[in-house]
Amino acid sequence: MIATYQSDSARLITPTMMWLFLALATVPLWIARIGLYPYLGIEILIWSIYALAFNLVLGTAGLPSFGHGAYFGIGAYAFGLCQFNVVANLWVCLAAAFVIAGLAGALVALFISHRRGIYYAFMTIAFGQIFWTVAIKSHKVTGGEDGLLKIARLPADLGFASIDLAGNVSFYYFVLLVFGVAVIAMWRLVHSPYGRVIAAIKQSETRAAHLGYNVWLYKASIFTLSAAISGFAGGLFAMAQLAAFPDVMSLHQSGYVVMMTLVGGGLVSFWGPVVGVFLFLTARDVIGALTNAWMLYFGLLFMAVVLFRPEGVAGAVAAAWQNRSLYSMRRQGGSALRLLFGGGRWR
Amino acid sequence: MALIEVEGVHVRFGDRVVLESIDLAVPEGEFHGVMGPNGAGKTTFFNVLTGRVKPSRGSIRLAGEDVTGLRPQLIAAKGVARSFQIMTLFDDFSARENIMVGLPAFRVRGFDMHRAASADSDLAEQASDILAMVGLTDRADVRAKDLSYGDRRALEIAVALGQNPRVLCLDEPTSGLGTDGVQRLSQLVSQLKRKLTIVAIEHDMEFLFSLADRISVIHWGQVIARGAPQELQQNEWVKRSNLGRFA
Ligand SMILES: Nc1ncnc2c1ncn2[C@@H]1O[C@H](COP(=O)(O)OP(=O)(O)OP(=O)(O)O)[C@@H](O)[C@H]1O
Ligand SMILES: [Mg+2]
Repeated sequence: MIATYQSDSARLITPTMMWLFLALATVPLWIARIGLYPYLGIEILIWSIYALAFNLVLGTAGLPSFGHGAYFGIGAYAFGLCQFNVVANLWVCLAAAFVIAGLAGALVALFISHRRGIYYAFMTIAFGQIFWTVAIKSHKVTGGEDGLLKIARLPADLGFASIDLAGNVSFYYFVLLVFGVAVIAMWRLVHSPYGRVIAAIKQSETRAAHLGYNVWLYKASIFTLSAAISGFAGGLFAMAQLAAFPDVMSLHQSGYVVMMTLVGGGLVSFWGPVVGVFLFLTARDVIGALTNAWMLYFGLLFMAVVLFRPEGVAGAVAAAWQNRSLYSMRRQGGSALRLLFGGGRWR
Repeated sequence: MALIEVEGVHVRFGDRVVLESIDLAVPEGEFHGVMGPNGAGKTTFFNVLTGRVKPSRGSIRLAGEDVTGLRPQLIAAKGVARSFQIMTLFDDFSARENIMVGLPAFRVRGFDMHRAASADSDLAEQASDILAMVGLTDRADVRAKDLSYGDRRALEIAVALGQNPRVLCLDEPTSGLGTDGVQRLSQLVSQLKRKLTIVAIEHDMEFLFSLADRISVIHWGQVIARGAPQELQQNEWVKRSNLGRFA
């Protein structure tokens, strides 16, 4: 098992990725037949990129960020504002979403990277609330609570050809392509020397520092990178919604991505965030069609996971799959949770 | 000029003075033992030496260069490695990966984000060499937290060795080891002696008196006695604590 894991970690595209990408490519062919819409597929992919980026901070670095919605939202506004005020070019506006959200993340990272555990969590919440408040109050720029409307799904200009992304199906395939690139990049990242240093810092900042690593710089850089990718996903989300709203930046909705990631099993599995997003959004559409209380059921699931299955859904499935002891997975997830909420280890 | 030169180091936490004034000079290649009662400030002294605690007075020079108050990562980069009294390992990493992360060759690639760390067989081989030195070859792929206590102690030192240091600081390396473990550690240290400059805090007097070139006794925030093991046996404090009987 260890051998498979190691060879997978060195791969550009793993078998799991191949199967997942292929399966996702068939979604527009059948999704309408089961009574759902391609738009749900778009949302799942975009939120998956966002949750994977978020999990670089939560799962890989072990840093509890509870205000990540801010960067997702900033990316959405940046995309729209770039389109209206700079140039209506898809690549430029997506790059703007990435860069502006990254800058916001870097600014916050300056203030929080010497912290860990619950103090870190509080500070991310505080900064998230500040960004959210600014978004609501800056009515002239962001449209306030009404949102920034009439954002267009810009065509993908390839120089020799321009692909129209206005329809949900073509936009779905575009997002799938971007999702594929993002997954490959983040898979590389977590298995690279950089990713391993981040994982080492999560386990012992003290040891990492005495091995010669600038712990502060690593923590600040992973937060910045995560914010930038979240903002990039936010740019895609603005295209999907044809608008940008402040509500994704609220504490409430920042909590969604935390729930998705923990329920899915982000603390022990790379794929955890994707599993969590899928469960959350599908539950919203399927159970939500039957009862308004779907959030209650998802909340109960969340509590059950935190209390009994810290390894999450992906962790439980992976354990069953690899026939590893669920107990050791649970220990791993449990100690990860303690690390996040218990203030971390400092010796 | 000694490799490590410590002068008048003073440390207080709040109004509690832990180190009054410590002086120490360790020439290159020496194995220098540090002993003293519990709570004497031995670990605190290591913390000052390795950048974890800033002294309120005094200076530390490494090969003539003033390193007083530098951050741990900068002192580590200058070739000072340490092991910890309270084990500080990367618990979810395998034994091999614990060492790999500490290799200087890994550190210079610390911001490399696109090549897989596991794909570099050179790093894995370097780590394997270190594992062999401490007798952990067959435990290479076991996660640190699943190792036995003795193996974890060995790994604690192995990680520091992997840093390829000039100065190795060991904080109670024999603590909790059985006679076998202490014996293996003694062999390892005798191999390392002369190749490295070693400063070791120890309570195990037999270990220290048989290996150390010189020993400093820290008590009441100062070095109250210093000398070769034989000389120290005449020391009042050592005699009174009945610790010199092994030498
Ligand atoms: N960061 C700190 N803040 C406050 N007090 C501290 C701190 N670090 C150490 N001390 C105190 O300094 C004193 C010396 O501690 P230190 O760990 O250096 O002793 P030691 O000689 O290593 O003891 P032992 O043999 O038990 O390991 C102790 O009383 C300890 O409580
Ligand atoms: Mg101590």
